[in-house]
Amino acid sequence: MYNEMFADDRSVRGPYEKIAEWIEASGVDLLQLRQSEAEAIFRKIGITFAVYGEGGDPERLIPFDLIPRVFGASEWRKLSRGIKQRSRALNAFLYDVYHRGEIMRAGIIPEELVYQNEAFLPEMVGVDPPGKVYSHIVGVDIVRTDGDKFQVLEDNCRTPSGVSYMLENREIMMRMFPQLFQAGIVEGVESYPSLLKKTLEEVAPIKCDDDPTVVLLTPGSLNSAYYEHSFLADLMGIELVEPQDLFVENGLCWMRTTRGPQRVDVIYRRIDDTYIDPLQFKSDSLLGVPGIFNVYRSGGVTLCSAPGAGVADDKAIYVFVPDMIKFYLGEKPILENVQTWRCAEPDDCKYVIENLKDLVVKRVHGSGGYGMLIGPHATKKEIEAFRAKIKANPSEFIAQPTLDLSTAPILGSEGIEERHVDFRPYCLVGKDIRLTPGGLTRVALKKGSLVVNSSQGGGVKDTWILAD
Amino acid sequence: MLSRTAENLFWMGRYMERADATARLIEMGYRMAMLPGSNEQEEWRSVAAASGSAPDIVANPNVDAKLVVQRLLLDPDNHSSIRSCLTSARANGRAIRTALTQDMWEALNDGWRQLGQMDPDTALKNLPSLLEWAKNRTAAFRGASEISLLRNDGYYFLRMGGLIERADMTLRLLDVKYYVLLPETDVVGGGRDYHQWTSVLRATSALRAYHHVYKGDYTPWGIADFLILNSTFPRSVAYCYRQISRFLDDLAELYGETSSPQSVAGDMVQQLDRIGIEELFQNGLHEFVSGAITTTRRLSTEISKAYHF
Repeated sequence: MYNEMFADDRSVRGPYEKIAEWIEASGVDLLQLRQSEAEAIFRKIGITFAVYGEGGDPERLIPFDLIPRVFGASEWRKLSRGIKQRSRALNAFLYDVYHRGEIMRAGIIPEELVYQNEAFLPEMVGVDPPGKVYSHIVGVDIVRTDGDKFQVLEDNCRTPSGVSYMLENREIMMRMFPQLFQAGIVEGVESYPSLLKKTLEEVAPIKCDDDPTVVLLTPGSLNSAYYEHSFLADLMGIELVEPQDLFVENGLCWMRTTRGPQRVDVIYRRIDDTYIDPLQFKSDSLLGVPGIFNVYRSGGVTLCSAPGAGVADDKAIYVFVPDMIKFYLGEKPILENVQTWRCAEPDDCKYVIENLKDLVVKRVHGSGGYGMLIGPHATKKEIEAFRAKIKANPSEFIAQPTLDLSTAPILGSEGIEERHVDFRPYCLVGKDIRLTPGGLTRVALKKGSLVVNSSQGGGVKDTWILAD
Repeated sequence: MLSRTAENLFWMGRYMERADATARLIEMGYRMAMLPGSNEQEEWRSVAAASGSAPDIVANPNVDAKLVVQRLLLDPDNHSSIRSCLTSARANGRAIRTALTQDMWEALNDGWRQLGQMDPDTALKNLPSLLEWAKNRTAAFRGASEISLLRNDGYYFLRMGGLIERADMTLRLLDVKYYVLLPETDVVGGGRDYHQWTSVLRATSALRAYHHVYKGDYTPWGIADFLILNSTFPRSVAYCYRQISRFLDDLAELYGETSSPQSVAGDMVQQLDRIGIEELFQNGLHEFVSGAITTTRRLSTEISKAYHF
């Protein structure tokens, strides 16, 4: 197991020197006091997160751990190149999927995985999104399994959430410990909103002949990520709209304002594909904007991410991302995938069924850490139940080895403790590819746990990228 | 500005004002019911009636302090209870976070759950401090808006919502208490009337202000004049309408087009300017009050129509 702060001889690793000094100088008691102050501030600001299906407090806080997670400049250089490479390849793949399908013709990815995928939208075939960009914000979930070994756990091409925590965690650290940032050793993250806005403006539709009007479309204040929606809209200075604020007329999209209809050009939508237009997709959706898909298709408005972008972040497609990088970019993948068995393949399935107690099994279309099996932590009964599920519907599942995730220090009740972490950076794709030096570190706060999802008791940390 | 944003600001203004006015109303009832020789039940009944949100307890022969506190302070199902108003205002604010400043949000968000866990007995025991707390919440919110919100359409909608609610509350108080102010009751004289008159002033926090303007001489005319026609008193109908009219004009200027609510408010301002208190009493205080309540309701509808919400 790779301990990010301490080497085997308990000496502090380079990137964490500043953190170690700070912990030493402040003392655990003071830090614990500051941690509860931080929580009070979060609650006051109203940064909350609701967990679907769990009931209880709909405006719960995600626990915040005070000790930053640190990457050195050279570690980040590698990560950054790998993330951008992956984002380019995923967008190239999406363009290909909805046009000539070269990669399937070349026999690299099985056709049925793509064309029979739930997230594949036949309506998108032949549509040319501005700049050929489908996924404008790519969230790449990365784990570290050794000093120089970073692996991608999954890609998020639709609407990856959590970036508000990247910004707020930093904000709160700077507010409480300004002296830590004085020397300028940490790269700033605060440019993210303006870069996001720039990215969205760059993909204005053909019919837009003025400065584009960008809006953020939220399902509403009951959505679990609503805080993030309003936060981002605020920082970008754009309207936060709900579906009922938008309508379609004369082939264009408009929002209802106190001065009458106003044209909308780019929609950063935080609504799922199938809810976006009841005329095109789910006719019983109360969330959508009727007719908006036709406006999109005819270049009247840009939807970010493009409908159908989810086909690239499916867990069955994930296996082929390294092949995509070679196929479209002619490059060697910089970040590795985690070894993955697709149960749709009879040989893989056989192996998975026989080794369940050592594997992590995930649903192909699932997300948020729901409905997964962590073999080493599961009871016999749970394993048997999963075995039956996999046999009944093998193509629904993939399996991966239980990864030896790196640990980072947290402030626990007994002082500094070690917990497993992962990392999600947010890569922006417009005319250029931009990556803010930072991201969201999620931490499994339960001792020994490998599940970092906030819906399953995970917390968050500030993430530092050290300046060169 | 999105029409939905305007709507939420407008209603946030209304709810916060209603919470404040309801707190003052309960305060007045609490004081009146304590007075020697008062008919406690009638006092609480008129409090319920003036709030306009609990017709069932107005009709209830056994109305008492606990019932009023339960329905007007704590009841989550009464959309005009202080608890509901604070919760609704917060929900309005949450739906349009980007239109609020951080200060305003913190004022809305701070302590909003407090009334959720309280039972009527506890509330009754701590009534004065709870009402004080509720008034402080609304004052903090108002203060935060004053010092931090941009003076544009959003501010106008927020303020107009508050002013319409305030005019409405003053009018409804007069509607319930108008008989106290009628000349006939004057003949009876004595301490009881004095308390009744001053109670109307108390419910609008106007007692001291009244002293300054009318030199402590309590007469029904003076009180009605103060609450309806005196444009220096911020809870009077005249003040509220002048302000609304001003904001509507500002809005029309900002948007570059006149609106129909402008004339509704403008007509009312003119009427209040022209009429004297004697004439108003001659024409019938109750008739005037009923008419003004209808106009205020219409004004609210006209504003939402004109600005598409």
